[in-house]
Amino acid sequence: MLRPFRSEWDAVQAPDNPDQRPAPRRRSLLLCACLLLTGCGDGPWNNPHPPPEEGKLTYYSVMSPAPPKHLDPAISYATDESLFLMQVYEPPLGYHFLKRPYELEPLGVEAMPSVTYLDAGGEPLPAERADEAAYSRYHLTVRADARYQPHPAFARTDDGAPRYRFDDPAEGRRYRQIGDFAHTGSRPVRAEDYAYAIKRLADPEAGSPMIGFMGRYIVGMEALTAELGDAPRDGWLDLRDFDLAGVEVLDDRNYTITINGRYPQFVYWLAMHFFSPVPAEVDAFFHNPGFTESNLTLDWWPVGSGPFMMVKNDPNSEIVLERNPNYHGDTYPSEGAPGDREKGLLADAGKAVPFIDRAEFRLEKAVLPLWTKFLQGYYDRSGEVHGNTNSVFDRAFVVGPEGLELADDLADHGITLSPDVKPGLYYYGFNMRDPVLGGYTEERRKLRRALQIAFDVEEYLNIFYKGNGIVAHSPIPPGIPGHKEGAEGINPYTHDWVDGEARRKPIEEARRLMVEAGYPNGRDARTGEPLKIFIDVQSQAISTTSMNWIDRAFSRIGVQVEFRPADWNRTREKLLTGNTQIFSHGWLADYPDPENFLFLLYGPESPLVCNCDGTNNASYERPEYDALFEAMRVEPPGPARDAMVARMVDMYREDAVWLYAYYPKDVYLNNAWVQNTKRHGISKNTLKYLRIDPELRVAKRRQWNQPVTWPLYAGTALIIALLLPGVIAYRRRQRATAR
Amino acid sequence: MFAYIVRRLLYAIPILIGVNLLTFVLFFVVNSPDDMAVSQLGAKYVTPEAIENWKAKNGYDKPLFYNDAAGGLDAVTETIFFAKSVRLFAFDFGRSESGRDISTDVRRRMGPSLAVALPTFIVGIGVNICVALMVVMFHATRLDRAAVIVFVALMSISYLFYIIGGQYLVAKTWRLVPISGFHADGQVWKFLLLPVLVGVVAGIGAGARWYRTLFLEEANQDYVRTARAKGCSELAVLFRHILPNALIPILTGVVVLVPMLFMGSLLIESFFGIPGLGSYMLDAINSQDFAIVRSMVFIGSILYIVGLILTDISYTWADPRVRLS
Repeated sequence: MLRPFRSEWDAVQAPDNPDQRPAPRRRSLLLCACLLLTGCGDGPWNNPHPPPEEGKLTYYSVMSPAPPKHLDPAISYATDESLFLMQVYEPPLGYHFLKRPYELEPLGVEAMPSVTYLDAGGEPLPAERADEAAYSRYHLTVRADARYQPHPAFARTDDGAPRYRFDDPAEGRRYRQIGDFAHTGSRPVRAEDYAYAIKRLADPEAGSPMIGFMGRYIVGMEALTAELGDAPRDGWLDLRDFDLAGVEVLDDRNYTITINGRYPQFVYWLAMHFFSPVPAEVDAFFHNPGFTESNLTLDWWPVGSGPFMMVKNDPNSEIVLERNPNYHGDTYPSEGAPGDREKGLLADAGKAVPFIDRAEFRLEKAVLPLWTKFLQGYYDRSGEVHGNTNSVFDRAFVVGPEGLELADDLADHGITLSPDVKPGLYYYGFNMRDPVLGGYTEERRKLRRALQIAFDVEEYLNIFYKGNGIVAHSPIPPGIPGHKEGAEGINPYTHDWVDGEARRKPIEEARRLMVEAGYPNGRDARTGEPLKIFIDVQSQAISTTSMNWIDRAFSRIGVQVEFRPADWNRTREKLLTGNTQIFSHGWLADYPDPENFLFLLYGPESPLVCNCDGTNNASYERPEYDALFEAMRVEPPGPARDAMVARMVDMYREDAVWLYAYYPKDVYLNNAWVQNTKRHGISKNTLKYLRIDPELRVAKRRQWNQPVTWPLYAGTALIIALLLPGVIAYRRRQRATAR
Repeated sequence: MFAYIVRRLLYAIPILIGVNLLTFVLFFVVNSPDDMAVSQLGAKYVTPEAIENWKAKNGYDKPLFYNDAAGGLDAVTETIFFAKSVRLFAFDFGRSESGRDISTDVRRRMGPSLAVALPTFIVGIGVNICVALMVVMFHATRLDRAAVIVFVALMSISYLFYIIGGQYLVAKTWRLVPISGFHADGQVWKFLLLPVLVGVVAGIGAGARWYRTLFLEEANQDYVRTARAKGCSELAVLFRHILPNALIPILTGVVVLVPMLFMGSLLIESFFGIPGLGSYMLDAINSQDFAIVRSMVFIGSILYIVGLILTDISYTWADPRVRLS
C-alpha cells in the first residue's frame, strides 16, 4: 500500500482541522466532460481548413518546404515561385498544356511573334541572308481582350487622378493588406506595359537576376542599366521617361524587341514571367511611401491579367489565389499527346477554364503533416514528391513491372499518380582539367569510361531513388528535341543493346579499360600507388549509405573513393576555382531546347574561362564541340540542326565528360476527385485546367476522418487511476487519529 | 532599485555589441556577401554584374570590418559591420535579404508564437509543480520511486519523439485534432491543443523532477514541521508553506524564460506549422538571410537580458529580505 510522506508530527494532526478540506469530488468528471466537448461541431474534428466561402470551389494544396522569397516577375527565378507567378501573370507566350514535345503558343499576345533579321545598319535582310544578321527584331501584338485584375493601383478619383498616391508615409502605413483598399480599378493590357517590364529588368534598383544576362542580348539594355544607375531617385522613378533602344512601342497593342545577332531561343524567354506586363501605375502605386513597412510591394503582391489573382499572401502560412473576374477566358485544349485521350485528359476539351474559383496553398515544412493531411483528404494534391527513400512518401510507391506504381492501400483510396520526367539532369561531372582524371588522351578517356561502367546507375537509382529517375545516355532529357530512345539512344561506351533494352557493360570491361588506361587493379602501373578519386558533394544531398554504395561500386575495379561533403557555398567556390576532381551538380531547363543542355559543355561557359558562375563546371573544352554549338544555337530546327546535336552528343560520350547522369522523375499524388492532373515540366501555368469534384471530396473527407474517441475516455480513466491512490492515501492519512 | 535597473541596462550595451559581433563573425565565416547574392538571385545565369548589383543594393559592397580605402573614422563606419549593426540599437531592423520589412514580420509572428508558448509555459509550470508536490507528499514511498523512474524516462526521450508521436497518435490515428496548421481567424484553439499538450508532456520529466528536488529540500525544514504541528493539512503545508519558500530557485529558472516566450519554439513551430518567430529564425538560417538572423539574435539577447533583470526584481517580491542596490 502507498504510504504518504509523514513527519513525526503527522500523528498529532486532528482529522477535523478546518485546513483539512477534502478535494472536490467531481473534478475527474469535470475533466471528462471537458474532453468530451473538445472538438464538438460540424464535420470532422481534424479539418485544418477554415470553412470555405459559400459558392466558391476551392483547391487545397501546399507550398513546401519553404515559402516563396520573391514574387516580382523581374526578380523571381525559382520554380516554387513560378507556381504563383504564372497563375497571375501572362507573359507573351505560353506552352500547350498537353502536347509533347513541349510546344509554344501565344498567351498574352495574339499570335506567335514574327521575326525580322536586320543588318548592322538596321535594314531588313531577306530570309536567305539571315546568317548575316546583326540584329533580330521580334514583333508582338498584345491580345485585345486582356485586362488586369481589379486592383487599387488602377483606382481613380472622379477627376481621373490615381486614387492611392500619397506623399505622407503615415498615409501609406494605414494599409497593411491589399484587401484594405476600398476602391479598385482595371484597364486593358497595353504594349507599353510589356515595354515597362523589360525596362525594369535593366533597372539596378529592381535587382533582377537577368540584369547581366539579358543585357547581352536586348539592344541598349546595358546602356539603360548604366543610365538608371546614375539617375537621381526620390521615390518612384518613371521608367517610361527612359528609352530602351531595343524595345519600341508602336501603339497600344504592338511592340517590338530587338536583340543582338540571332538567338532563336529568345522566344522561349518570352514564355517566362520576366517578360510579363507591368503597368507603370502599378509600379508607382507600390512606391507609395509607407507601403514597404507593411510589405506592400510588387515583390509580394503580383498584379496581372492571368486567370487568378492573389488575395492573400502570408508567406508564413498561406497564399490564396482567386479567380480573376477580368480574365479574358480560355478553353481546355482539344488536342493532346498520344494516349491523353485514353487517360481522360481530353474529356473537358473546349470547356471554359479555370474550373476552380479559389486555390489555397498552405506552408508545410514537415513531411508527416503534409502526408497525413493529403491522406485525410485535406489536400487535393500532394505537391511534388521526390523519390528520396528517406521521405515518408516512400511508402506510397512500389516498383512494379510497369515501373513506379502506387502501393495497394493508396490505390484503394482512389489516389492517382502524376509522374513526370523533369527536363533536367543530375550528374557527377569530371573536372576535365584535373591532372589525374581530366584530359583528352585515349588513356584518360578509358579511365573515365571504366569509372562510368563501374558506377551502376540503374542499381543506384533503384536503391536510393526507388526508380524515380532514368539513366541519362546523353545530356538531353526526354521531351527535348535531340533526345533519342532505343538502340540509337544508348551510350555505346557504357551500354550494349541486348534483347531490346540497354544493358550496362560488364565489370570485366571496366577492368580491361583500367588496364589499358595504366591502372591495372586500380593501381598506377608506373608507381604502384592505388588510384584514389575525390568526389565533392553537397552534404545535404547525399547520405552515408549512398557514399558506402559508391565506395563499394568503385572497389570492384580497385579504385578508392574519398568524399568531400560541403555546403553549396563551398562547393560553388571549388567549382569557380576548378579545385575539384569529381563534383555533383544538376540542371533544370529554362526552355525545351537542346541548346539549354548542350551549353553545359560549351567551353566559354567554363567558370575558369568566363570568370563567372558558368554552367560548364566540368571545364570541357573541345574546339569542334564549341564550333558546332555556336552554329547549332542559331540554326533553325531541322535535319541540319539535329545532325549537329547528334554529333555533339557523340563527343560527350567519346570524351566521357560526366561520371554518371540521370533524368529525375517527380511525382504528384492526386486524390480521386482531382482531374486533368497532367504535369508540365516547363510551365506552371496549369492550375486553370484542374477540375475538382466537390461532392466526392466532402463525402470522402467525412468517411476518412471519423474521430476515434476511446482514447479520450481511456486518457481520463488513466488520469483518475493515477490520482486515485494518492487521493485515497491522502484522505486516509488526514483522517488518521493520533497514535 | 531604479539605480540598479539603470546600471543593469547600461551593462547590456557591451553585451549586445559583443553578441552582435559574434553573430556577425560566425555568419560571415561560412557565408560571403557573394554567397548571399547567389543564394538570393538563384543559381542560374548569375552574372558578376547581377551579383555586384545585388551587393550594392543591399549594402554588402563594403569591407566587413575595416575599410582601407576610407580614412579616419570612415575606415570603421564605412563597413558592413557598422552599417548593419548601428541601426539595430535604434530598433531599426531594416529589411530582410528578400526585401520584407523585418519589424512588421516580427510583430505579425509574435502573436502565433505567444499563442503556443504562453499556454505551454503556464500549464507546464502548473502541472510540473502539482506533480512534484504530489510526489513530495509521498516521499520515500513506492510512488515516489516510480515517479522518479518515470521522470527520468520522460527526460530521456527526444523532444522530436513527443512531437512526431503526438502527431501520429492524436492527429493521424485518432483524428481528434488537425495535425498542423494555424488560422488566427478560425478556431485557433483546435490548432493549439496538440502542440500545447506535446509541450507540456515533454516538459514534465525534467520540470517535475527538478521541482521535486527543490521541494524536498524545503520539506525537511523546521518551519514545515512547525506548520504540521500547528495542525495544517498536508495541502496547506505544501502550497502555503513549502511552495512559497521554494520560489527563489523556481523564479531563477522560470522568470528568465518569460520574455523569451516571444521568441517561440523552433521545433514545435516548424512541425506544427505555427507561423511564429521560431520558424522565422529557422527559415532565415536555412535561406542564409543574415538580416533576419542578426535581428532575431539581437532581439533574443535583449529579451534574455530583460528576463534576467525581471528575475532579480522577482526575488524582492518572493523574499522581502532581498534588496537590489
